[in-house]
Amino acid sequence: MGDFDLSFFNADLFTKFIEKGLVFSLELTLVATLGGLLFGTLLALMRLSGSKVLARTASFYVDTMRSIPLVMVILWFYLLMPVLIGRPIGAELSAFITFVAFESAYFSEIMRAGINSVGAGQKNAARALGMTPWSAMSLVVLPQAFRNMIPVLLTQTIVLFQDTSLVYAIGAYDLLKGFVTAGRIFGRPEEAYLLAAVVFFVLCMSLSLVVRQLQQRMAIVRA
Amino acid sequence: MTFELGFLLDDDGSGRTYLEWMLQAWGWTLSVAFSAWVVAMVCGIFIGVLRTLNHMPLLQNFGRAWVELFRNIPLLVQIFIWYFVLPKLFPFMQALPSFLLVVLGLGLFTSARIAEQFRAAIESLSKGQRQAAMALGLSTWETYRSVLLPMGLRIILPPLTSESMNLLKNSSVAFAVSISELTMFAMQVQEETSRGIEVYLAVTVLYALSAFVVNRLFVALERRLQIPGAGTVVKPLAMAGH
Repeated sequence: MGDFDLSFFNADLFTKFIEKGLVFSLELTLVATLGGLLFGTLLALMRLSGSKVLARTASFYVDTMRSIPLVMVILWFYLLMPVLIGRPIGAELSAFITFVAFESAYFSEIMRAGINSVGAGQKNAARALGMTPWSAMSLVVLPQAFRNMIPVLLTQTIVLFQDTSLVYAIGAYDLLKGFVTAGRIFGRPEEAYLLAAVVFFVLCMSLSLVVRQLQQRMAIVRA
Repeated sequence: MTFELGFLLDDDGSGRTYLEWMLQAWGWTLSVAFSAWVVAMVCGIFIGVLRTLNHMPLLQNFGRAWVELFRNIPLLVQIFIWYFVLPKLFPFMQALPSFLLVVLGLGLFTSARIAEQFRAAIESLSKGQRQAAMALGLSTWETYRSVLLPMGLRIILPPLTSESMNLLKNSSVAFAVSISELTMFAMQVQEETSRGIEVYLAVTVLYALSAFVVNRLFVALERRLQIPGAGTVVKPLAMAGH
């Protein structure tokens, strides 16, 4: 075994290098989850709307996003955004836009499955009560669809949190970059990678335990 | 800004055209993805089976630890660990080519996902299948080989299709350790030629094309292996993922 020394890692280093990256990764995860959920639901509604034009547009968007590696999507947006806006935008802002656009495609598939999981009787009953199609969808179907899909949505959030590390490709300062930077400055890159792995593991593992608990509780409610 | 692909026929400075370079990069992407797929299938099925051995808690827990370990650390971090950390801890690994390290990293990462799909497939089979096999006097090994695996492997084909397409896309992460695959090619040529949009577009098309071919292959396989009258039984399990 080569010499391995983790002692360089202390509270001071955390506040100097890691905290900033951790906050960014969490913000990116939160924004991408909420944005992805919002636009993903819109895309799902477009696909189920019955309008051919809307459905095809949404399908095209979702299928395209899902057939490209996330790293390529990150690079695409970083390249195109300045061309579209006319001025350079930072790697961090570009990451936010990219993740919302990319995750919308994945969340839309989850929400579509969620909407389909709600029995047709629910919508019919709501319509029979005189609700408009829109209120039947937003007050009756969507809340149940969302509830049914909570475990899958949370699992997607865990995947998404891990994927924030891919902003490495455009040099944004995320959790991983925090560790890489600290490792380089202290001349301990290998230890830094290992610590990054431990931190990611602890965070993701805790969240997946929560998801599992939730799944069990929901299974009981449904039984 | 004009759009033109003519630069692909230019020399990249080492006697080959950018087009040739791109095709080589595509070859790297496909080799990394295919080799990692083999690793992922072998380990994934093995671990998936371990997780269903209800009478052997030790092996079951080993399987569970495997899945949690490889599933809860970002792929990019795992690739760095294979590439930088493990060779430092175990000096013999310094002799291994980076291609192999990336293949192991990507393969084991995906194996955790395939193991989960496979476990779910086996658990979705009715208990009667296992009990009937036992009642016929088959050993555990024979039960798996002749009854559970043939059914389970057919059941996981649809989720396996999307996992395989994910793996192909995830191979792009190899750029981070300088494997000269498509993403690496895109980043380098974008810098060299300032033809970013054209290069990215070409690379994106190649990724989409590869994913499409993988998809068709699996659909064909599924059709070929279908047992007449058995129908398709499965509910897709975890749809989260990239």
